[in-house]
Amino acid sequence: MNGETNQNQVAQRPQRPEPTLLPPVDIVEDAGGITLTADLPGVDQSELSIGIDGRTLTLEAPLRLGEANSLVSVYAEVRANRYQRSFELSSELDTTQVDASLKDGVLTLRLPKLEQAKPRRIEVKVGS
Amino acid sequence: MYPSMLKPSGDLFADFAQLQDRIDELMTGGRGASSIRAVARAGAFPALNVGTWAEALEVYAFAPGIDPKSIDVSVEKGLLTLSGQRKSAQEAGKNSTVYAKERFDGAFRRVISLPEDSDPSRVEASYRNGVLKVVVPRLEAAKPRQIQVNR
Repeated sequence: MNGETNQNQVAQRPQRPEPTLLPPVDIVEDAGGITLTADLPGVDQSELSIGIDGRTLTLEAPLRLGEANSLVSVYAEVRANRYQRSFELSSELDTTQVDASLKDGVLTLRLPKLEQAKPRRIEVKVGS
Repeated sequence: MYPSMLKPSGDLFADFAQLQDRIDELMTGGRGASSIRAVARAGAFPALNVGTWAEALEVYAFAPGIDPKSIDVSVEKGLLTLSGQRKSAQEAGKNSTVYAKERFDGAFRRVISLPEDSDPSRVEASYRNGVLKVVVPRLEAAKPRQIQVNR
């Protein structure tokens, strides 16, 4: 019994997380929502994952440099092969209407505000 | 001389970190001294990775969001120079608030010294998914080859 617990502990020993790259971002808010721009060089559109879990937005993608023909690295400033970054979203953003595009390694994410959160004018109807 | 040798081994990641430190030391020629044109700066744009193989030296520059036509790649006297400009995509309007501005913006220039055996006349550059790849072939005479033994 005791030995079994020990074994479980060994199996569940927390693994050191794989090093990831933190992509630099620009975040701008206007009346209609928030635009997030992230630098993700070396990421293919098909492999980019944008997940929304509750109020957390997570960007995740592998970095690929094409065919590796037994290349020996002699100098490296980028030392991980995976991008990951998370953001906490506020409640007025409409997470069902997120629009994303990736071009030349730059991701543009548009997070619109919910209709009721947008500033608006109320029309006064005139009774007939 | 190598204090890391005294540490107990057994952690694979620690071993990698140690190896990385050793490579850094070799690359920069020891602590404190590095190539005058490749002094490591945190956040230099674009970040560079360099690799070699039998046929060529390959330079990867992580330069997303740039029109490839506007990147200037030149080779002169054994130096490879990458330069250009990156403009910020959207101008902040009157009614907008900027919460983060981490992305690089402005003119950039990076210089790499090429090995003696590189052939500057056949340099090729391509741009894909925001990564500029420059292939500098090795001189034919410098490529590894098998020598036939005659009798």
